[in-house]
Amino acid sequence: MSTVPAKAPAPETHQGGFPWSHVAGYLLSLVLTIGAFALVFHAKLSFHETLFVILFLAVLQILVQLLFFMHVTERHGPSYHMMMFGLAMFFVFVIVGASIWIMSFGSMVS
Amino acid sequence: MSIAHSGLQHHVDEPLQTGVPLEFSTEDGATKILGFWLFMVTDVLLFACLFATYVVLYKHIGAGASAAKLFGDDVSGFTAETFILLTSSFTCGLATYEMRHGSHSRLKLWIVITMLLGLSFIGLEVYEFSTFVSHGDTMSTSAFLSAFFTLVGTHGAHVSLGIIWMGLILYQISRRGVNPVTARKLFIVSLYWHFLDVVWVFIFTVVYLTGVM
Repeated sequence: MSTVPAKAPAPETHQGGFPWSHVAGYLLSLVLTIGAFALVFHAKLSFHETLFVILFLAVLQILVQLLFFMHVTERHGPSYHMMMFGLAMFFVFVIVGASIWIMSFGSMVS
Repeated sequence: MSIAHSGLQHHVDEPLQTGVPLEFSTEDGATKILGFWLFMVTDVLLFACLFATYVVLYKHIGAGASAAKLFGDDVSGFTAETFILLTSSFTCGLATYEMRHGSHSRLKLWIVITMLLGLSFIGLEVYEFSTFVSHGDTMSTSAFLSAFFTLVGTHGAHVSLGIIWMGLILYQISRRGVNPVTARKLFIVSLYWHFLDVVWVFIFTVVYLTGVM
């Protein structure tokens, strides 16, 4: 990795400043959580509609954590860690999605 | 890197890369951070298997309580756990921020706050589990409860390990200050902590909210 020239953003090495992006990330994560909570307890959507929306909010939570706290946009060479993240999401899709599909297949046809 | 250099102090011999955060400044640090991303992929695999098991089994309640009854009676517990863990992820991020901006006393303060929030999360989870068990809803009651305790308990074990790990790194930073090695260690444990927060968001969504719907 050291052979690749650093493509770092403006290095965060100075004193002072306020961690605005961290506060923004925290507020976003709170809003997403309260939104999911309100949807389940107060909205009048069907089970599947609610499930779909709260899963979507959970995916947005992943993005908030990755972008605001896990520094994924910082690049010090090729973004191998994003390839790994893509691989992880593929695993999740295959294991969880395919398990649900296979295990519910019998009950769907019968 | 030769074997002769692989002692505790080997980072001293490496050229420091300028213009990047301290934890990425050595080849050793950058490689280990990348290696930790690879570990997180394998940990995602573990949790994906447990989530798949839970989703397949959560209606198989046998003679035990259903998810709606178990979680719906008192939603304050898991709601508090969720907000505590979200907040701890934020304070852990602030620790990394202070590490990069040079305030090492505030860095230690944020780590201590993160650990305390983690401990209160674990305390609530232990209380929740013991309440379930005292009502006769044990791990061997039904397939649903086996899957539930395994999934949520595995996450709780990760958080417990994270608290111990963070305490050890706090000790190292107190002893040795912030250098490329301790900065890399703190950065990695903070990645781990944010990762656990992401896993919890899915437990909150798939287990608890779906359970009470």
